[in-house]
Amino acid sequence: MTVIDYLYHSAELFPEKTAFEDSQKSVTYRELLSNAETICTQLRQVAPVVKSPIAVLIDRNVESICCFLGIAMGRNFYVPIDITQPEERIGTILRKVSPAAVISLGNCKESFLPYIEEIKAPLLEYSELLKGEKDPGLVRQLQEEALDTDPLYALSTSGSTGIPKTVLISHRSVLDFIPVFCGTFHFDSNEIFGNQAPFDFDVSVKDIYSALYLGATVYIIPAVCFIMPKLLIQTMNDKRISTIIWAVSAMCIVSELNIFELITPTTLKKVFFSGEVMPVSMLNVWIKYLPDAMYVNLYGPTEITCNCLYYIIDRSFDPDERLPLGKPFKNEGVFFLNDNGQPIKPGETGEIYVTGTCLSLGYYKDPEKTKEVFIQNPLNPDFPELAYKSGDMAELGEDGNYYFSARRDFQIKHMGHRIELEDIEMHLNSLPSVTRAVCLYDEPRKKLITFYIGTEDYISVLNQLKKLVPKYMIPNIVFQQDTLPRNKNGKIDRKALFAIYEKSL
Amino acid sequence: MEKILEILKAIDPTIDYENIDNLIDGKVLDSLQIVTLVTEISNKFDITISPKYLEPKYFNSVDAIWEMVQDIQDEL
Repeated sequence: MTVIDYLYHSAELFPEKTAFEDSQKSVTYRELLSNAETICTQLRQVAPVVKSPIAVLIDRNVESICCFLGIAMGRNFYVPIDITQPEERIGTILRKVSPAAVISLGNCKESFLPYIEEIKAPLLEYSELLKGEKDPGLVRQLQEEALDTDPLYALSTSGSTGIPKTVLISHRSVLDFIPVFCGTFHFDSNEIFGNQAPFDFDVSVKDIYSALYLGATVYIIPAVCFIMPKLLIQTMNDKRISTIIWAVSAMCIVSELNIFELITPTTLKKVFFSGEVMPVSMLNVWIKYLPDAMYVNLYGPTEITCNCLYYIIDRSFDPDERLPLGKPFKNEGVFFLNDNGQPIKPGETGEIYVTGTCLSLGYYKDPEKTKEVFIQNPLNPDFPELAYKSGDMAELGEDGNYYFSARRDFQIKHMGHRIELEDIEMHLNSLPSVTRAVCLYDEPRKKLITFYIGTEDYISVLNQLKKLVPKYMIPNIVFQQDTLPRNKNGKIDRKALFAIYEKSL
Repeated sequence: MEKILEILKAIDPTIDYENIDNLIDGKVLDSLQIVTLVTEISNKFDITISPKYLEPKYFNSVDAIWEMVQDIQDEL
């Protein structure tokens, strides 16, 4: 069984119902199935080997979804590429993944071409693919042979070596999670999901596959709505959106800008958020204006397929309180170990481990990194059982609830993105004019800070950095130094640097 | 005016704000940067930017932002 069975099922039950809609067009379940079959058939000619990666230059549109499902139908997996990244970074991802083909939705920039030529992948235009024939026999045959262990998608995240890591997820993990997710929160086919998350974020996996599973509808909210969000709530009401599964940062846009003073959602019933710790003061704005909606705090890294813990907000929280991480979804094992490998006691902090079908297949073409974090369950010496060592730290409160506390390493969450500070440092250090650079993060103020030794001023350094990393990885505050302070062990003293920064405020 | 420039520089130091008049329409700033901008302006000038001002024309340039801030201050 694969996620394509969801598509067949919903296309049979609700052929004329809208499956996905964006600001330009929409597809019914019948059309979605038909488009996927055509893409599957056409791709077969250029990518005949199953379990191959196919890159998609994504946009916030229906076509992206048709591509994903066409690729999955052909037993290959999709690698969504955000085209707003610098082409250098896109090149790095393409080189690493080496996709069998790259699909453009009419959005391939000329500057990408050398990178696509370099990996010798055919560049296919979506509109051309759709003009082709479909071969129902071939499609059926592929479904007969498909395994739930086949990879479905691969998502890139910042890596500490400067090269993005690509998390590979199988059909099986999605098939395991989605019915549990939909069941836990009582979704049905009348649900209208208001999609905010870009399709290269695993938050969007919940929108896409919950809808397919239920035969529900996803409205892809145009990015422009989030820029000047007066339009946002209007659009949500017009499209009768009932459920939103958003990044914390997107929810904060609405509450920080006091949009609800002007207009409030009229059809919204369920609100899910994840990606960062939700500030209670921001959540309270939502609850004040929409007291009857259900609010759910979700936790989970991409490596365990969407989420493993959830907490339904069941009481009011004061702004200085923390939201609990809650309990595991059905069929997910979550445990918390201290540095001695023992389960944590109240008042203690420990690392979050996850076991179960939800686990990623690993990092694509990266056995070393995979081995570091997908390890034998430390609590089980008796038979092979993988556990994901998340690097996220949680505290067991005296009240019996678990709370997110921090990261083990230099990974941060900034502007809704998961970033390794070393990723930025590596790229800064690669510049000829920079001798040494160090990055810090001021969590409460949400500022990315850089100290560097170098020959050029910071504007010029940042302009060069902009060509290498996405916009959200550009430091907000920069200090050019003659030397960097070191501690007794000769390592750069980050605490001393942070003190210099704080003094400058 | 200087204060606004300072706030903007902290959001993205590489943009030449003095010579740009399409900060929003030209998608120079993204949604999260706009939120930071609105909150920082509110804090630094001790004003509340009501949602009615959340339109591109009030945020497209340093001058436009400065005018909006003055308008809000006058209303007080």
